Amino acid sequence: MRFFLAAFGLAMAMSGAAWAQTVTHDRLDNGMEVVVIEDRRAPVAVHMVWYRVGAADEPTLQSGIAHYLEHLMFKGTDELEPGEFSAVVEANGGRDNAFTSWDYTGYFQRVAADRLGLMMQMEADRMTDLTLSEEEWRPERDVILNERGQVVESQPGRVFNEAMLAALYKAHPYGTPIIGWRHEMETLDGDKAKAFYRQHYAPNNAILVVAGDVSFDEVMELARTHYGPIPANPDLAPQQRPMEPPHLAERRLTMEDARVGTPYVSRMYLAPTRHDTEQAAALQMLAAILGGSPTTSVLERKLNFEQGVALSEWANYSGMSRDYGMFSIGIAPVEGVSLEDAEAALDEAIASFIRDGVDPEQFDRVRHQIRASEIYALDDMQGRARQYGVGLSIGLSVPEIEGWIDALDAVTPDQVVEAANLLLDRRSSVTGYLTRPDTEVVN
Amino acid sequence: MMMRSLVALFLLVAAPLRAEVDITPVTTQSGLDAWLVEERSIPFIAVDLIFEGGATLDPESALGATALMAALLNEGAGEMDAQSFAIATEELAARFSFDAGRDTVSVSAQFLTESAPEAIALLNTALTQPRFDADALERVRAQMVASLRRDALDPNSIASRAFAEAAYPGHPYARPSEGTPESVAALTRDDLIAAHQGTIARDRVHIGVAGDIDAATLAPLLDALFEGVPEAGAPIPGRAEFAAEPGITRVPFEGPQSVIAFGHRGIPRDDPDFTTAFVVNEIVGGGRFGTRLMSELREERGLTYGVGAFLASGFLGESYQGRLSASNADVGQVIELIRAEWEKLVTDGVTEEELARIKTYLTGAYPLRFDGNGAIAGIMASMQFQGFDIDYVNIRNDLIDAVTLEEANAVAQRLYQPDALRFVIVGQPEGIN
Repeated sequence: MRFFLAAFGLAMAMSGAAWAQTVTHDRLDNGMEVVVIEDRRAPVAVHMVWYRVGAADEPTLQSGIAHYLEHLMFKGTDELEPGEFSAVVEANGGRDNAFTSWDYTGYFQRVAADRLGLMMQMEADRMTDLTLSEEEWRPERDVILNERGQVVESQPGRVFNEAMLAALYKAHPYGTPIIGWRHEMETLDGDKAKAFYRQHYAPNNAILVVAGDVSFDEVMELARTHYGPIPANPDLAPQQRPMEPPHLAERRLTMEDARVGTPYVSRMYLAPTRHDTEQAAALQMLAAILGGSPTTSVLERKLNFEQGVALSEWANYSGMSRDYGMFSIGIAPVEGVSLEDAEAALDEAIASFIRDGVDPEQFDRVRHQIRASEIYALDDMQGRARQYGVGLSIGLSVPEIEGWIDALDAVTPDQVVEAANLLLDRRSSVTGYLTRPDTEVVN
Repeated sequence: MMMRSLVALFLLVAAPLRAEVDITPVTTQSGLDAWLVEERSIPFIAVDLIFEGGATLDPESALGATALMAALLNEGAGEMDAQSFAIATEELAARFSFDAGRDTVSVSAQFLTESAPEAIALLNTALTQPRFDADALERVRAQMVASLRRDALDPNSIASRAFAEAAYPGHPYARPSEGTPESVAALTRDDLIAAHQGTIARDRVHIGVAGDIDAATLAPLLDALFEGVPEAGAPIPGRAEFAAEPGITRVPFEGPQSVIAFGHRGIPRDDPDFTTAFVVNEIVGGGRFGTRLMSELREERGLTYGVGAFLASGFLGESYQGRLSASNADVGQVIELIRAEWEKLVTDGVTEEELARIKTYLTGAYPLRFDGNGAIAGIMASMQFQGFDIDYVNIRNDLIDAVTLEEANAVAQRLYQPDALRFVIVGQPEGIN
């Protein structure tokens, strides 16, 4: 099966189709999905392989194993020495890296377009042939523990965020940090990583995304050569994830840490995902209207310009996940305003927005900017590749990914206000205060 | 089997990609010089401006003035207050950002081809007629003070500041570019007006443009952009000599890890050895896997999540610095390993194989930087700021390839000074004397 889709081929008042970039989607016989984004501006390509497995698929007592495995994938295979993968990428003038989320794990290289075959050869090799000796996995476990120390435990905002998510999700593994809990990370080892790898890494659980100075036909030919021979894993079964029970009780928490520079209030709500296109689009427009501009958005105007209670405030929607989306709001008050008063002001700003409705001029400007963002997005080859990788990983179809701007364009002001009602029901939310210990004692 | 073929490829990789960037020099009627890279496939234009000077121009009595001034450039200009200016920007779907650093004030703008003249006119208003309204000033000042208070509790910021103070006593480079909570709290509107007049001037600007426009169309637009920008700004301070003594500075800070900043004197950007030093540093500390520091500290021993070293060659002075975080218990071992690496570089230098590998990497990776209008406009402005010739893009890989092992090791002897290393440790380190 083969689809030709002109990416963002939507009628734009400002230009013709000369700048449309061709996106093509197909599948190898072994089940591996392929997306090719042609962008001929420079002789460069991005090569990405995404696995539909992440931290939300980990066995109990092994939090962090998906991310640990991502690190270990740079160790040796039966044919590559430890570290050789990156060394070969470098020797070819490329850069490589990888990332882990709850729903997916991705590996990518940026190289000259004529090195694409070599990248596929190596990526295909480590899809099934990873070898892990103790002298490889043991120091790498110290690396991830140091990573947790550096990027989480040294930053109170990140520790707070872990606590918020753990409170928001009562059952689902989105409440467990991707990097893992330290006490469980300390027990991970090569055998556990290997077992996770065997269970989840296979062509029928993978998506290849290539963007850049390439043609669809040449990518497919290379993909058949390098990935084609890897047999599908017939035992591949998606990990059954615990789902959320009904949320009937609002949760609240407070964290104090002497390293907090600016205290703030944060609230997270469970929300629909992008799989519910219409709802998701309304929530995205709501986030843009409430918090999308540091000057003209509703919360900034009310809380900063009019009332002067906020240093900053935010509203974000994230729906690019498999099971649950999230809407988050928050406020960092100016000095002299308590977190309690700041939270009340934030809630009142949202309530009055729901009473008063959407300012039609602001609504038009937001729509105009979304349209323009399509054009700016074409400048970012890697960002576009990532958009397809995330979308397919979480189970969206290519038309759903590409129809997003149209879906946003179809949202009406009434739908935005309707969507805002989500924020009035705090039963599926958690509210947190991040603050310093009693300041009189500290200062 | 595959192993063999990979090794073969490893050795055979030769002709790296050329950076296929066609730069057009543009001189406008009023005498502005710009570098343009035309790219007509997407209907927007990116413009980057770099003004030399930056926070080094702040008077001692007004630290943070340039940073606060830059943060206020999109908070009201001409007839428009902050709201009106933001609305005008949104109606054009233009994107403006203003930033002040230690050495520069920089402006990045992206706008659609169809509204280029309107976007340029709006940006001109921001550059020439900022209002610094009292309400905007207080709003942004409060945000900046809060951000500085966060920095004061952030071990990385604390380490950077302590290192700069040790390195450049008495020079503006020793001062925090954004000031302190106290200095910013005391800034007046007059300080901002002075900072604006001192930093935004034609005699110190470098202009890079990329996107959907040709030279003939661009030239008058640039003249319109600079209409009313004064010819000259404030005099730029003199050179900063690196003066940190060897040794260890401890800054107590509670947390599971220590941040370690280390370094000694560096190599100026216009030094004939700079390119060679750049190549050697990429082998040692280039912030990737496979560098000597990453191999020793992370891959072999798991002592850190990441470590890098960099030639901090600024506009007025230079140093050679490295940075990492490690568990408090491991700090003593980390420092010994770093010293040992420095010793090895002096006595043994780098190897022929390391040099060959890094050349292939650097020459191959160079074209990858030019990925998109936004990136290219920034590179065009930055190359001029750094004093490169317009044909540098085409000869840069030849310069890298020309570095010999003898040159690399002579420069390693000059660059690495194990006995001069100054360490700043922010945390509760163990195992150091």
